[in-house]
Amino acid sequence: MIGDVFDFEKPITEVENLIQELKSPQRREEALHEGIDLSAKIAELEEELHRVMVRVYKNLSPWEKTQLARHKDRPYSLDYIRLIFDDFFELNGDRLAANDEAIVGGPAILENRPVMVIGQQKGRDIKERQRRNFGSAHAEGFRKALRLARLAERFHMPLITLVDTAGAAADLHAEEFGVSEAIAHNLREFSLLKTPIIVTIIGEGGSGGALGLAIGDHVSMLEHSIYSVISPEGCAAILWHDKSRASDAAKSLCLTASNAHSLGVIDDILPEPLGGAHRDPVTMAETIKTSLLTSLNKLDSFPSVDILIETRYQRLRRMGEYVEQTPSEEESNDG
Amino acid sequence: MVRSGWFSRKPTGNKSSTDIPAGIVTKCQRCNEILFVRDFERNSKVCTKCGFHHKLSAYERIEITVDEGSFQPLNEDIISRDPLNFIEYPAKLEKARTNTKLSEAIVTGTAFIDNKPVVIGVSDFGYMGGSMGSVVGERISRAMEYGLAHRLPVILFTASGGARMQEGLLSLMQMAKTSSSAGKLREAGILFVCVLTDPTTGGVYASYACLGDVILAEPGAIVGFAGRRVGNQDTGVNLPDDFQTSEFQAEHGMVDRILPRKEMRTALALLLKLFDGGRHNDR
Ligand SMILES: [Zn+2]
Repeated sequence: MIGDVFDFEKPITEVENLIQELKSPQRREEALHEGIDLSAKIAELEEELHRVMVRVYKNLSPWEKTQLARHKDRPYSLDYIRLIFDDFFELNGDRLAANDEAIVGGPAILENRPVMVIGQQKGRDIKERQRRNFGSAHAEGFRKALRLARLAERFHMPLITLVDTAGAAADLHAEEFGVSEAIAHNLREFSLLKTPIIVTIIGEGGSGGALGLAIGDHVSMLEHSIYSVISPEGCAAILWHDKSRASDAAKSLCLTASNAHSLGVIDDILPEPLGGAHRDPVTMAETIKTSLLTSLNKLDSFPSVDILIETRYQRLRRMGEYVEQTPSEEESNDG
Repeated sequence: MVRSGWFSRKPTGNKSSTDIPAGIVTKCQRCNEILFVRDFERNSKVCTKCGFHHKLSAYERIEITVDEGSFQPLNEDIISRDPLNFIEYPAKLEKARTNTKLSEAIVTGTAFIDNKPVVIGVSDFGYMGGSMGSVVGERISRAMEYGLAHRLPVILFTASGGARMQEGLLSLMQMAKTSSSAGKLREAGILFVCVLTDPTTGGVYASYACLGDVILAEPGAIVGFAGRRVGNQDTGVNLPDDFQTSEFQAEHGMVDRILPRKEMRTALALLLKLFDGGRHNDR
């Protein structure tokens, strides 16, 4: 955590450093000499740490959540795949042009049951980040995802997607290979896919690039993940021609999990371990796994695949808020 | 084909999305040629010198596209709210309404093209950049569902900067909503035609605009995923001059035909004939 500590983490690292220091051999020796019992002091500080963390993490601003969602130590799709599934067998390529490593996927076992899992994958180090284009997929990635979704459909495997991207690639190559078409195609085809789809937004749900993997029957967000039509920086640039006002923009955009839930866009919020998923990936993975199994159970009970697809359509159909005036009201009601 | 007389209608309710100074002359936005307003309007706002296609308002477009007097609007009474309480959004809506005399950024309805019935939708760039929020998405989905229920082909003219930021996530979801409605049309064997006009970008291009069975475009229109500025930033790559234009998209297999404005109506009529009215009844 040394190097880039976010502002909101500072009160926490302060106490953490204090505890660390008291636990150092040098301080212990000193204490022994002076006959002071440090363990009581440490226990006290650890309680204090817990209190500070609860206070900080229950009151994160939308911008702080954005930072946490982008945290460099945050577990990525492959981390969760390792922790949640058995026998993951990665499949590669879109069978058209290339293999886009910003999206990974393949069959795996979820509690004795074969499923297809697809996730967006950022990179840990610079090299991997470049190889995976920082998790921003080109058309080839979305087409690989669709290929795997079709495979899942043919073998009656539920599809599980993990969303984590700042957005789709927006460079020359993306445009040449039709990234817009690839996203649009996925939106349409996932809405018609004849197998249950469960979506979990694990970090950043960035605009169309996220949506290209986010059409499903049940959509969950991790507590500190975000989901937005545009990045806070992009929004700030448009509104105020000032990217440094991203914090204000994050608030305006209503991009937190609780915002998404009250807007009716997601079905539930998965609580993160205190301090965020990166502090305890194993517990986080357990929570996600339990949620996947619950959703799967629910979706299994649909009487037919046609009803499943119609319910999925109606789910999307309900999204949006507007006023519908009957012609007679038009005069009196200004909306 | 441009039918004579479309300009003769009173401009009330068809106010242009481009700023045409009141008067006798106007200037081409690309070549700066001074043009007589009368010639310019008669040529459907295509520059008589360089051929640049200036933006049209939704009603100007409808007028040059459908059989005279055949357009019947649908769902005009669905109006935007301000679900996120977003900075200045109500004021922007109000201004857009006043400037365009429209109730939202897309006009949808039924019409005839060469005596063939269609559902048609036309975005108006003058209304908040033609951006797609809840109402635009809802009108598109309802237009498609109308086509589904009455087995009518659906023709959508796009002109939009993308999803409407002021409705946040709800705007993003309109991409999903409209695309899934397009899926319903496809399953039912109903023809869906998109005509991309200047500009068609972002969340609109990455959703229903890319899903037409046939995709036509006007020449020189800006068509792409991110704006050119955005595309330019991340790599040092020199972008081709036609980057994110309809020509670029056609060259990369994303557009069937680029047609000048004056040929669009004839082309649509021909497509309706070739696809047997645009509804496959054996399904
Ligand atoms: Zn000109």
